[in-house]
Amino acid sequence: MAGVATTAPGVKPHTEAPPHPIQIPEFEIVPRRGLPIVAVALVLLIVAIAVNKLWPLEFFHVAGGAAWTIIDLFLGLILGPIMGRLSVPARIEFTTRLMPKMLLIMPTVVTMTLAAGWQLSTKLGTNLTSYPNHGWVVASFIVVGVMSVLALGLLEPANIAVLCELKKPRPNPEVIERLMKRFIYCAGILGAMQVATLVIMTKLASG
Amino acid sequence: MTERELPPVTALAMASLTLIVAGGIYLSAHLPQHVSLVPAVVLLVGSALLLFINLALLARVQDFAWDRFFEVAKWSLLAYAIIAGMIEYAFVRDHLHGGALVVLTLSLVIFAVHVPTLVGFTVARYAEPAAVGKRAAA
Repeated sequence: MAGVATTAPGVKPHTEAPPHPIQIPEFEIVPRRGLPIVAVALVLLIVAIAVNKLWPLEFFHVAGGAAWTIIDLFLGLILGPIMGRLSVPARIEFTTRLMPKMLLIMPTVVTMTLAAGWQLSTKLGTNLTSYPNHGWVVASFIVVGVMSVLALGLLEPANIAVLCELKKPRPNPEVIERLMKRFIYCAGILGAMQVATLVIMTKLASG
Repeated sequence: MTERELPPVTALAMASLTLIVAGGIYLSAHLPQHVSLVPAVVLLVGSALLLFINLALLARVQDFAWDRFFEVAKWSLLAYAIIAGMIEYAFVRDHLHGGALVVLTLSLVIFAVHVPTLVGFTVARYAEPAAVGKRAAA
């Protein structure tokens, strides 16, 4: 981090030379190269909804849902705790490489999953009160609703704010620490909630 | 780090989003029955009130990095307007009409305004206001 000096715990700092400032790799907050891929995915999603055929809707819902669940579980329960224990330079380098990609991937897979899922349930009639497992479907709405509020209200603003802070000539390490904590805790909660999604979706799939 | 006194924008925005999500769940959980729109309208009005309170509180903040706020919020607004437009398209595609369509459309408007406001605020609260930057440079 520019202008921020840190030393590893237990290591005596060199007195003869000032510690090197942490280097922040060059990065784009929103990776422009990824935007065409996102645009293609969204156009294909609109086409899938417009043609209203079972296979494309199943594909977008299942592929998007699998990506969403796996990313949340992996980030929240595996990568998040690892990131929390990394040294500050390593965490910053990892953050500048991971978070811009997440900024494009997550809204895209979430939109794919939910839009295709709603259209699929409308086509199959599984969102109607007459469906035998209607209670489970409503439970999935609630779980997704809670996850959306957490992701939109806490996770995404923290993600963007960390990247904007890292773009400053002299980023404030306390701000980054605070926002990263928010990001990691939030990702952990979302990861745990994805377990509930798995329970509900496997129940719905098995009838 | 000394924290500036700022209005509870994040808490109010999350409460507002929770209300419209609850309204959406209420309506979608009763399909295809025609249920009373009153609970959904009450939740929508509550959510809109929280949005207006949030914007009013935010507008009164002194020495805020408004340039940074608008820079981030306008791009977020574009992204969330596209997402809200896609959801609206799905509603119309499924022949949703009448009061339910109005309630859900207004909910999407609140969603598309409140999330960019929150993103812009979270970035701008840690940014230096332009006036302070100019004073420091002088």
